[in-house]
Amino acid sequence: MNDMRNSTQNNSRNNAMNSARIDTQNDMQTRNKLSKVFDTPNRKAFIAFLTAGDPTADCTVEYILEMERAGADLIEIGIPFSDPAAEGVVIQEANIRALKGGITTDGVFEIVRRVREHSQIPLAFMTYANPVFHYGYEKFFTKCEMLGVDAIIIPDLPFEEKEEMEIPANAHHVALISMVAPTSESRIQAIASEAQGFIYVVSSMGVTGVRSEIKTDVGAIVESIRKVTDVPCAVGFGISTPEQAKAMAQISDGAIVGSAIVKIIAKYGAEAGPELYHYVKAMKDAVAECV
Amino acid sequence: MSKGRYGIHGGQYISETLMNELIHLEECYEHYKNDPEFQKELDTLNREYSGRPSLLYYAEKMTKDLGGAKIYLKREDLNHTGSHKINNVLGQALLAKKMGKTRIIAETGAGQHGVATATAAALLGMECEIFMGEEDTKRQALNVYRMELLGAKVHPVASGTQTLKDAVNECMREWTNRVGDTLYVLGSVMGPHPFPMIVRDFQSVISREARAQILEREGQLPAAVAACVGGGSNSMGAFYNFISDKEVELIGCEAAGKGVDTARTAATIATGSLGIFHGMKSYFCQDAYGQIAPVYSISAGLDYPGIGPEHAYLHDIGRAQYVPVTDDEAVDAFEYIARMEGIICAIESAHAVAHVMKIAKNYRPDQSIIICLSGRGDKDVAAIARYRGVDIHE
Repeated sequence: MNDMRNSTQNNSRNNAMNSARIDTQNDMQTRNKLSKVFDTPNRKAFIAFLTAGDPTADCTVEYILEMERAGADLIEIGIPFSDPAAEGVVIQEANIRALKGGITTDGVFEIVRRVREHSQIPLAFMTYANPVFHYGYEKFFTKCEMLGVDAIIIPDLPFEEKEEMEIPANAHHVALISMVAPTSESRIQAIASEAQGFIYVVSSMGVTGVRSEIKTDVGAIVESIRKVTDVPCAVGFGISTPEQAKAMAQISDGAIVGSAIVKIIAKYGAEAGPELYHYVKAMKDAVAECV
Repeated sequence: MSKGRYGIHGGQYISETLMNELIHLEECYEHYKNDPEFQKELDTLNREYSGRPSLLYYAEKMTKDLGGAKIYLKREDLNHTGSHKINNVLGQALLAKKMGKTRIIAETGAGQHGVATATAAALLGMECEIFMGEEDTKRQALNVYRMELLGAKVHPVASGTQTLKDAVNECMREWTNRVGDTLYVLGSVMGPHPFPMIVRDFQSVISREARAQILEREGQLPAAVAACVGGGSNSMGAFYNFISDKEVELIGCEAAGKGVDTARTAATIATGSLGIFHGMKSYFCQDAYGQIAPVYSISAGLDYPGIGPEHAYLHDIGRAQYVPVTDDEAVDAFEYIARMEGIICAIESAHAVAHVMKIAKNYRPDQSIIICLSGRGDKDVAAIARYRGVDIHE
């Protein structure tokens, strides 16, 4: 796991992890493109989210490739869910548009297959527990492995419940990303000690969405995590401007942006390509200024 | 495996932001559950404010008419605010107060849980905000105004299907936004642990009383206990103290809407499948890709696409049976019990009445059946009139 970050500091993971688990994770990560996201020294990652099928599957394929061209290091693909309880209004509406447009989990896999004809950019799915559970963990992660999906983020699957999904995901070399929230406090130690891929640091209370100001002491959260693990930390929720992205990347390993991108897609529909390119490029440039 | 499991069901499928708060809630609950002072305060509220114990009424005319088991009605409709919801709300609001919270939030479907929560907030001097599907605020405009009279702020929820499940989503979102001073007073035996346990414990007063009352009246346990099931709070309360009495049949009556062979239904056990939603693993009405189905019932209180995890477990092990009851059958029962016993019950409760009307004759006259009459029906009168094509102006 040390290859995840070019870290000169000692591996400070002082809690015991069982060796079988480390073997699985090392095996997973050597076969998984996530390590590319954070691999360059002093280079922060920009992670872009969009909702699959919003407004169409064709657009999603195009926009993923466009955002890669603009410099995104990892794309999070949202598999729409009827009841996205962790999302603010912007992504809720994207979920509704996508589902009305007829997207299904199989349709999302087809999007990934088409992206993979052109690109090897690291990819993560973001969705809720039920679409994955209902599809069947084994069947779902077999497809992820086949298509080269590197990670999955499930906001309604906390540390206590992760095992049922983590075991089948890891068996297919897919990392299950852990989230750390402003309220995690005493839980950080446990979460970080078992984290894989990267840690999704939730910058703010509440749901996803653009915020004018991030009030949480994200730096302190990242510090607590780094006492436990070398797994990289990316910060998401509320980031929309290059200044915010830069500030968050400065104190972590990367910035995650969702609602601001989904807003652009909502505004420009099938014509959002050029706008997305400019936006992602500006964000990536801001993040790249961090050292 | 995580805490709060009922067989494979239950758990805590919830955002990381809420986890510490849920752990804290569980610790506080475990503490106050065993605190005689807390129990005394709650007991006093139940007796002197809510009007407990609720009556166990022998429905003699109904019994004669149906010809079979003696029918008893557990009159939760006579509680203050008109339904069983107050049992849970007084417990949770008092707990919130002990925890130092100054604000409670809640979802509501028909408005019964919202009204009960607003009532408890007024009584205990707490800030209160209620989330209600926009569609439901129109169907139950009177209850919206009632909550406002009690000092609550009502937020119409415009997302999704604009009904109960969306109100739960929005309430979860609001709690994630502000956990410090706020407790989400969940209205049913659902959601992430510890809610199914807490709500069940506060509602179990129904069967604690009913069990003692029937033993006193009949000298023996009932043959069956029947109650309507949406999320399942009144039924869990009515079942709980009978679960270990193996000879007592437990019957949950689900809202079949237009029928379980149509898409216009809310019968989760009859039509749903295993899933993970609203913090719990249980049975849900969903499509082939795990998207939660838009459900339907004439009853806004049963119009929910899932069922509490302990019910799912009682179903799995065969301890309780769950039967679908259609709109038509429920409306017939609503009218029947009004004319037969002079009781206008909630359309939710009428689902249980309807099923007992079908089965009463299968029992001997020395046996008894308890129906949990979970709420009163004033709120439903206009909807029933519309259903019958009667044009009344409220």
